[in-house]
Amino acid sequence: MEFNSNFILGCSAIGAGLAVIAGIGPGVGQGIAAGHAAAAVGRNPGAKSDVTSTMLLGQAVAETTGLYGLLVAMLLMFVKPLVP
Amino acid sequence: MYDGVLLAADSGVDFFIHKVFSYNWFGHEVWITTSHVCILIVFLILTVFALCANAAMKKANDVPTGFQNVVELIVELLDHMLKTNMGSHAHQFANYIETVFVFILLSNISGLLGLRPPTADYGVTFPLGVITFCLIFVNKIRYQKVSGFLKGLCDPWPIWAPINVIGDVAVPISLSLRLFANVLSGTVMMALVYGLLKWIALFWPAALHVYFDLFSGAIQTYVFCMLTMTYISDAIGEK
Repeated sequence: MEFNSNFILGCSAIGAGLAVIAGIGPGVGQGIAAGHAAAAVGRNPGAKSDVTSTMLLGQAVAETTGLYGLLVAMLLMFVKPLVP
Repeated sequence: MYDGVLLAADSGVDFFIHKVFSYNWFGHEVWITTSHVCILIVFLILTVFALCANAAMKKANDVPTGFQNVVELIVELLDHMLKTNMGSHAHQFANYIETVFVFILLSNISGLLGLRPPTADYGVTFPLGVITFCLIFVNKIRYQKVSGFLKGLCDPWPIWAPINVIGDVAVPISLSLRLFANVLSGTVMMALVYGLLKWIALFWPAALHVYFDLFSGAIQTYVFCMLTMTYISDAIGEK
């Protein structure tokens, strides 16, 4: 079945939009991490620097899945692998 | 012809790597791109800084003044970061990790200087990830010997070995993609602001630069070095 290139490009744009929905997960995860870090600092203000660095590390790892979504969106929009 | 369909492509949005000139390398056409130029500029800045620091430390005083203060502050900060994360092994990896830290930091914030950040090119971050992978592998063999390496490979049961191999191989990929995608997203955002909102992008993009270039760049530099140190510490094992 033949498809028009413009149709494929439009579908790619929709796919790119759907791919960045992946950002929801890391957003929730980072929020939870920051909330618990704030609670930890509230309980033990002396450990602020340790808690902060651990929080940043965990958030950065959690962020990776969202970034994969972003990369898929980037590829669909600008590299256009599906458009003949 | 399809470029015109995308809104971004025909309104001056430009975050792509451009070709500067090509040369012939044993029959292959190899392009020098803007990434190479930007990485060279970063490299030159770091080299000049290193030479100045060397000259300043040659005639160092007990009571530091001026430039010596700055150099000592940077080195002490990085040394402290290494000490708290790697303990007694810090001095072995100080050279590599501090160099990489300074390089990635300057690369990430070079968006402020009007350059396209070299780390927004996967060809720059992937080698960094591969170096980390090699360090992990070599140190695992060196400190845990081949028996410890094999034991780690078949962690709960030998049938898990393929999963563990995939987990090991995923380390450099996720490390480099994390750095690359973060810097690239900042670059794309700034390109969109300057390309699509060019009539109203007057002073407020400065705030975005602070977030995307300075804050995000510094955090990602820290995270990259931190994860490298954590993985290497894991490979060394507890002693």
